[in-house]
Amino acid sequence: MTAGATVPAAQSRRWRESDEARGLALISPTLLYAIALLLLPVMIVILYSFWSQDYLTIDRTFTLKNYQEALFQPIYRDLFLRSLSISLVVSVTTVLMAYPIAWYISFHGGRNKNLWLFLVTIPFLTSYLLRVLSWKVILGYEGVLNTGLMASGLIHEPITSLLYNSNAVVITLVHSWVAFAILPIYVSLEKIDRSLIEAGRDLGDTALQSLIRVVLPLSLPGVISAFLIVMIPTVGDYVTPKLVGGKDGVMIATAIQVNFGRAANWPLGAALSVTTMVLVSAAAGMIVLGFRALVRSVR
Amino acid sequence: MTAILSRVRWLPVYLTLFMVFLYFPILLLPLFSFNDAATASFPLTGFTTRWYTALAGNDVMLGAAWNSLVVGLTVSIITTLLAICAARAVTRYRFRGQRPATGLIMAPLFLPEIIVAVSLLIVVLQLGLQLSLLTIVLGQIVFCLPYSMSVLMAGFDGFDRSLEEASLDLGETAFGTFRRVTLPVVAPAILASLLVSFTVSLDEFILAFFLSGTSPTLPVYIWGQLRFAAKLPEVLALGSIMMVASVLLLSAAELFRRNAERRLQARESKS
Amino acid sequence: MTDEPMIRIEGLSKAYGEFLALDDVSLTIREGEFFSLLGPSGCGKTTLLRLIAGFNAPTAGTIAIDGKASTGLKANQRPTNMVFQNYAIFPHLDVAENVGYGLKRLRLSRAEEARLVQEALDMVQLPDLGRRRANELSGGQRQRVALARALVMRPKVLLLDEPLSALDKKLREEMQAELRALQQQVGITFVLVTHDQYEALALSDRVAVMFNGRIAQMDTPMQLYQHPVTRQVADFLGGMNFLDSRILDETGERLTVETERFGRLTLAKPAGFAAAGGRATVGIRPERLRVLWDDERAEHEITGTVASRAYFGETTSLAVRVEGLDAPLSIVETNNFGADGLLVGAEIRLAYDPDALVLMSDLR
Repeated sequence: MTAGATVPAAQSRRWRESDEARGLALISPTLLYAIALLLLPVMIVILYSFWSQDYLTIDRTFTLKNYQEALFQPIYRDLFLRSLSISLVVSVTTVLMAYPIAWYISFHGGRNKNLWLFLVTIPFLTSYLLRVLSWKVILGYEGVLNTGLMASGLIHEPITSLLYNSNAVVITLVHSWVAFAILPIYVSLEKIDRSLIEAGRDLGDTALQSLIRVVLPLSLPGVISAFLIVMIPTVGDYVTPKLVGGKDGVMIATAIQVNFGRAANWPLGAALSVTTMVLVSAAAGMIVLGFRALVRSVR
Repeated sequence: MTAILSRVRWLPVYLTLFMVFLYFPILLLPLFSFNDAATASFPLTGFTTRWYTALAGNDVMLGAAWNSLVVGLTVSIITTLLAICAARAVTRYRFRGQRPATGLIMAPLFLPEIIVAVSLLIVVLQLGLQLSLLTIVLGQIVFCLPYSMSVLMAGFDGFDRSLEEASLDLGETAFGTFRRVTLPVVAPAILASLLVSFTVSLDEFILAFFLSGTSPTLPVYIWGQLRFAAKLPEVLALGSIMMVASVLLLSAAELFRRNAERRLQARESKS
Repeated sequence: MTDEPMIRIEGLSKAYGEFLALDDVSLTIREGEFFSLLGPSGCGKTTLLRLIAGFNAPTAGTIAIDGKASTGLKANQRPTNMVFQNYAIFPHLDVAENVGYGLKRLRLSRAEEARLVQEALDMVQLPDLGRRRANELSGGQRQRVALARALVMRPKVLLLDEPLSALDKKLREEMQAELRALQQQVGITFVLVTHDQYEALALSDRVAVMFNGRIAQMDTPMQLYQHPVTRQVADFLGGMNFLDSRILDETGERLTVETERFGRLTLAKPAGFAAAGGRATVGIRPERLRVLWDDERAEHEITGTVASRAYFGETTSLAVRVEGLDAPLSIVETNNFGADGLLVGAEIRLAYDPDALVLMSDLR
């Protein structure tokens, strides 16, 4: 709509009473809060990543020095690679584990769909720190698994490789996030018109073909958001590598935390944060595109 | 048909294994919190409640619990108020910029939490603010908004606009309509949002860790105790209490949410 | 009754951005009248009803209700009440609380309020359901509660937004009869929005047929059906055989035209008649063509061949190909004698009354 020059007063009154104006007015407190405490801070982090720090003073001349360090220092490069590969393995595993569960609840949940969803999501909403702690308790040298297996006579020596490595990080993260991956997949499965599947079967699809040719493509948006909703947050996980990762399981968040804490090199910490986001978005984006192409090719 | 039947048979097995995987680690905490040993390992050595008794006399822990309660209440109330506005705006009106605005509010779900934490830390320190419970509250509101929004958007989405019109049509004022119709119908969703955001705040660690000053919340306190192996049983006892509290709060939230859903569904199925 | 109509609408328009939902509509509705707004979805009928109720403000034009200009008055300040399409029964209140919702603001005594609620429930034949929860009601019961809730307010005008469309066919027919009886009992002006032409014809004193935000024709049901002014109105109100004709002569209110097979006819010009290039559209309803059996004779006859038929039990629909006509004639024949002779390919004779033919503008 263009603002007419002839009746501006009436026009502006009408605009103030329109859905547009009311919606904007109503969302503005929340939106301003999110802008002030999320968008602006993230922008400031991006700014910082282009500055440099000399002891305690910030030098505000533009520099790419931090990114050079972040990308080419072997420690950081290794941390990025490990963080990306761990989050990739975790997200693929969670999606694979979550899909059958979401499928079962959606297609066979019957009257108890909501109950199942609730049971599945409860662990996700309880303390994340405590869940990581319980895996430390399970996988420790004198932990539940080792002592349990020894008590049952299956092993005689504790297995040393359980805790303090990447595998422990992956197991813990999968446990933490798998429930969360179920929700988007479930939602997209619920949206599928059941008669489409019946139509496919009627036209000769076997159960497996029906899954691959009808259900999977139609639930693809859910699979993709489940994948993203796990991969992006896990790449920056801090607690899990700290508690169960040991030396071999350190991830990039530890380096970020060190630069904002003891080492107090904010610009480098900022550059590491930004690089993490850019790398994980790029990696996730490529994987999503590849996966779409794959699903399209089996139609 | 046989393929489908066989799938129906192995899926429940998988579902059972999955639930064991999901719940086994969580149930271990309460199990060992009652075990009469300083380490969490098999075989169990005997039943005791002494770890819980020790907790009751632990003033630092009780202080942290009080902090968590204050933070949790403040966060859940402010978050829910903000989320009510935003959820109402996006479910009731169509306006330009709706998608990016909603996207920004929901973004913390899709971001590594540490990035949210360090960016808030920079801003807080730049502004010269002291790290305190207030800074935790400010940060956790950002983090809880997406959860609150999801609960409330679902609650408001089923809300039929013609109910409000019917009320106006019967002579009620705009405010009276809000009080007599809108609020009672969406009340369960609002309660659910309060409970969910309180639970999320209670269990939230990263933001509290980065943004807390000298007074910790419970998760930050636990983190500090993890350095001392001897403290583990007490931490397990505290963790068990927090787990039980979370589950109870979430179950209550779920009951409210379902109550709301049932009301709205009854209307839809008949029309 | 006074001369002033209950509702007077003048030059009413409503625009949503570029889209004109209602385009310069004027009409009056008398006190105690059962008035229907009929048209396909998107024709502006619901927009018009919502403007009368006060849910939306018009872009231009005025609405006066009971002699009072209602510009600027919100829905809660108007002497109108509405029955919503989905009934909008408050889910958190029981039936009596729903019906008493509007009374609460009048600060009546508890006993008086209860009496009025019970009266309203009796009127819609739900005397015992006061304590029932909203989600325990059937569709028909919800509809009655919505009616009682609106009527208990003693509105000057009751607005009904497709109130029967959510009900199944049998229940809908029952409720139609009840609605009509109720209107006569309370004597309130009813304005009904519907897309169902049978509902509009059966219930209303007058009907306004709307297309594209405008009123195409406003008349009594019988006039509308028998003398539609445009091809579009004729089509919307039921089956119609359209015939092309050449204009021979025009004398004041009448027109003489020449048609294939139906010959030369002199017909009344409908309001706002517009001819196109010396040609005019003439129509005859399918039921006004009658099959002649055996050696029965009629003054006006045509012969044709049955091209297709559909048997409906009480009636049979036929498409009859007639030499010289572009399209087959459709005929609805009541099966008084069974329908045994009416087979595809059979040669039949049809009788018609020249008075049954009408002249229409060619708006589609």
